[in-house]
Amino acid sequence: MKTIVNGIIKENPTFVLLLGLCPALAVTTKVENAYLMGLCVLIVLLISSLIVSIIKKLIPESVKLPVYILIIGTIVTVLEIILKNYIPVLHQILGIYLPLIVVNCIVLGRIISVSSKEKIGYSLKDALGIGLGFTLAITVIALFREVLGTGLITLMDATSSITGYRAIYQIIPSNNLLPISILTTPAGAFLILGLLIPLFNYIKDKGGKKSELN
Amino acid sequence: MNLISLFITGMLTENVILSKFLGLCPFLGSSNKEKTALYMGSSVTIVVTLSSILTYLIYHYILVPTNTTYLRTLMFILIIAFLVQLVELILKRFLPNIHKSLGIYLPLITTNCAVLGITLLNINNSFTFCEMLVYSIASSLGFTLVIYIFATIRERLEKCKVPKYFKGIPIALITAFIMSLLFGRYIPS
Repeated sequence: MKTIVNGIIKENPTFVLLLGLCPALAVTTKVENAYLMGLCVLIVLLISSLIVSIIKKLIPESVKLPVYILIIGTIVTVLEIILKNYIPVLHQILGIYLPLIVVNCIVLGRIISVSSKEKIGYSLKDALGIGLGFTLAITVIALFREVLGTGLITLMDATSSITGYRAIYQIIPSNNLLPISILTTPAGAFLILGLLIPLFNYIKDKGGKKSELN
Repeated sequence: MNLISLFITGMLTENVILSKFLGLCPFLGSSNKEKTALYMGSSVTIVVTLSSILTYLIYHYILVPTNTTYLRTLMFILIIAFLVQLVELILKRFLPNIHKSLGIYLPLITTNCAVLGITLLNINNSFTFCEMLVYSIASSLGFTLVIYIFATIRERLEKCKVPKYFKGIPIALITAFIMSLLFGRYIPS
């Protein structure tokens, strides 16, 4: 449990380790896209760290990196085929950012620093924590960008063909100030992330001090 | 005319870093020295151009006829890794001076999202061969331009007084926000 929470707060990949920022900025125009992207990364991270921690002793030192990339690449390819056939809308929305999970620093970084050294149980827990931390972080970014940028919140739209529900709500009525449409542009992504990282670390430090006192 | 507008779009208005968020790791991580930025940019330009040509040919003449386009991602990452090794070997053999200065940046390019991203975009946008060539050269030049400008800005930023929590990456992201506004022409004139 401690390892999982560690991945979400203390070593949050997006806000603290600052890894894998490409998808964190690119797909966060809608809340739905963000959490689905997060889930994709979580799945790839879990499966690849499971495989690597099982076969870590079989991989020769000199070809470690190519083997890891091939393992991740295979999992991503399978995921791509599944999404293309079952949720084609999502496949289209995520576009090139889905295959780009292969070179995502979070997945490769975690595999090199944790799964290739630790036991299976620990590396799975770590993968779960980091994956959840990433999902939560990009969902928060998307929440700010979508709610302030369009006034809407999209919880379920692309997957409505499977679940049968469609959930798009108007949160803020538009007036002179809102929505701030610049936030939905790429520039807005940089701004929101640049403001959220200090905020997250400020809250984390405050919380850390309090728990030390107690 | 079409190719010229594609060049401008790829290099400036739809810059790989500032509007597609590709190659953010080297952009934020290693770009606080002008020289480093230029070396990184030039090695990315070489690898992107070569791998775009190779992946384009392999995709259209091997993967499409054999109906195995789903192998795209795996194939492309292998080609990029292979090309990076090849460029490194050639530089080491014939231009040892350049190899010395590019040394540490070359292996990093394999996992640079910009390279895989641009090769995938070439396919997704269904470019012709000429368009592909123009687009990949333009976007890698755009990458070089932006990390160079950014490195010069960050050198100055290091001397400025910045609030504690904004130090490092956050202030860099806010700088990137302003650059992105300018490059993407979001400011109404």
